[in-house]
Amino acid sequence: MQRIGDAPRIRRLLIGLALVLAALFLLLPLVAIFAQAFAEGVAMFWANLSDEYTLAAIGLTLFVTLLTIPVNLVFGVFLAWLVTRFSFPGRRLLQTLIDIPFAVSPVVAGLVYLLLYGRNGWVGGWLDSHDIQIMFAWPGIVLVTIFVTCPFVARELIPLMQAQGAREEEAAVTLGASGWTVFRRVTLPNIKWALLYGVILTNARAVGEFGAVSVVSGSIRGETNTLPLHVELLYQDYNTVGAFTAAALLALIALLTLAAKALLEWRATRRETAA
Amino acid sequence: MTFLSVLRRGAIASAATAALTGSIASPALAADRELLNSSYDIARELFATINPEFVDWWQEKHGESVEIKQSHGGSSKQARAIMQGLKADVVTYNQVTDVNVLAEAGLVAEDWQQQYPNNASPYYSTTAFLVREGNPKGIDSWDDLVADDVEIVFPNPKTSGNGRYTYLAAWGYADRAFDGDEDRIRDFMKRFLGNVKVFDTGGRGATTTFVERGIGDVLISFESEVNNIRKEYGQDDYDVVVPPVSILAEFPVAVVEEYAERNGTRELAYGYLDYLYTEEAQRLLAGFNYRVNDDNVQAEFADQFPETELLRVEDVFGSWGEVMDTHFSSGGVLDQLQRR
Repeated sequence: MQRIGDAPRIRRLLIGLALVLAALFLLLPLVAIFAQAFAEGVAMFWANLSDEYTLAAIGLTLFVTLLTIPVNLVFGVFLAWLVTRFSFPGRRLLQTLIDIPFAVSPVVAGLVYLLLYGRNGWVGGWLDSHDIQIMFAWPGIVLVTIFVTCPFVARELIPLMQAQGAREEEAAVTLGASGWTVFRRVTLPNIKWALLYGVILTNARAVGEFGAVSVVSGSIRGETNTLPLHVELLYQDYNTVGAFTAAALLALIALLTLAAKALLEWRATRRETAA
Repeated sequence: MTFLSVLRRGAIASAATAALTGSIASPALAADRELLNSSYDIARELFATINPEFVDWWQEKHGESVEIKQSHGGSSKQARAIMQGLKADVVTYNQVTDVNVLAEAGLVAEDWQQQYPNNASPYYSTTAFLVREGNPKGIDSWDDLVADDVEIVFPNPKTSGNGRYTYLAAWGYADRAFDGDEDRIRDFMKRFLGNVKVFDTGGRGATTTFVERGIGDVLISFESEVNNIRKEYGQDDYDVVVPPVSILAEFPVAVVEEYAERNGTRELAYGYLDYLYTEEAQRLLAGFNYRVNDDNVQAEFADQFPETELLRVEDVFGSWGEVMDTHFSSGGVLDQLQRR
């Protein structure tokens, strides 16, 4: 049988086209970011990077990400376990609910949180009268970031755990293992790579989130300004080099994430061939 | 290495990083008190220059070290954030309407415009033109903008306060030129809006369109802004034209009474606004191409600001509330003019 890509000329053409498109849409913008960041020399790049407010933005972004990941790790595993290992009324509904953060625009998510926790919101009025600041402070940023990134871990785990089935766990239980032991010795080793992959995706999204954070941040410089918001602020302010310096940092984090992901995949295939 | 040990190590690393970021995020200088200034998006460098001077000034007068924090964004978004609980002590905006919104919500004193001279606007600007080098289309005033071959770039009045001023300035000019003949004003405005090549959502986008994409013969924005753009993108490539008649753009300031009271910063907040009216601060403001009322500073910077007749929005259109209802509401005059 002859397929479309089988003729050598067509195959070369298709491969060439894919490479050109990839270079045009992926590589070129990436190069442009770094070119712009270094447009006025390395000294200027360092000056922008060591700016007090840029450092604060980097710190805040890392801080938010480091709080988000463990929460979503636990939440994702718990959720995946629940929907793949148990059958209960509302299970399908729960599976659909997990996807809500994917389905709604992050800006809308931010606004919903603002409506809830803002000064005139349902919970916000009470918080305000007790002098607890959630919105326009780091807790608000963490909340919306957790919301936006919460499906990643669960979405990675559910298909895998569904495919694996519960047989190994059932066997462990019949041998007298306790719930925690089953999870630690049977479930976790089976899902660890998918789990790590989910964490990497969560990390990438948490670092780069703009829309939802922009709504609840209040953009106080040096306090609630995350790295993506800082990029916009510098750009609005005609500080192009500064904006691209911050953008280059984000791109660097993205590249590191990609490298980590590639490393994981490489290890996974190596283990498969070894097994 | 087992997976769990990876996790455990990660936890230690994350705790360490959190401690590190905590130390970065905390202010380097331990100040006695903090003040949060909620401002518009293009004022970052302006207040980055003014704030350290104020801190010195306050220290000298009261022997107290203070720290000024800045929040910047579109001023309508900023006002909304304050209503939702952003605890800013003072606002320094580029839209009177955005302070009015806060006054209506009871956060700012009702008589805020009477609390300081010039309707509580320590500095002002107007709408001016940035044209390409040598002004090839000979654009000197508003009526040059309705010629068939002129392409205009300015932000959408629906989404941008900057664009709103441009619209009102053109209308104010036409109102003067046609002696209030509404049909002729509308005809003029139709042709004016018809020449707009791109309607960006904000001032920054309009600048990109004009400068980086090379679209249009003229960019209309605040005088302060067009001067900054010219300085940033090349003195030789662009000229600034200030039309003989234009609109007065006020930059209102006010204390957010409710929050300043709670934060215990009331007199510091008023002190900050007082400072903006001092000769020292007015000189800094003029350096950023804003017009000021201080006589000495005005004389010093006379060359920088061509004389022009400035129309007050309230004089031409009644109140800001009326302007918003008649012109910019959905189905209002702006919508009618854009319908073809």
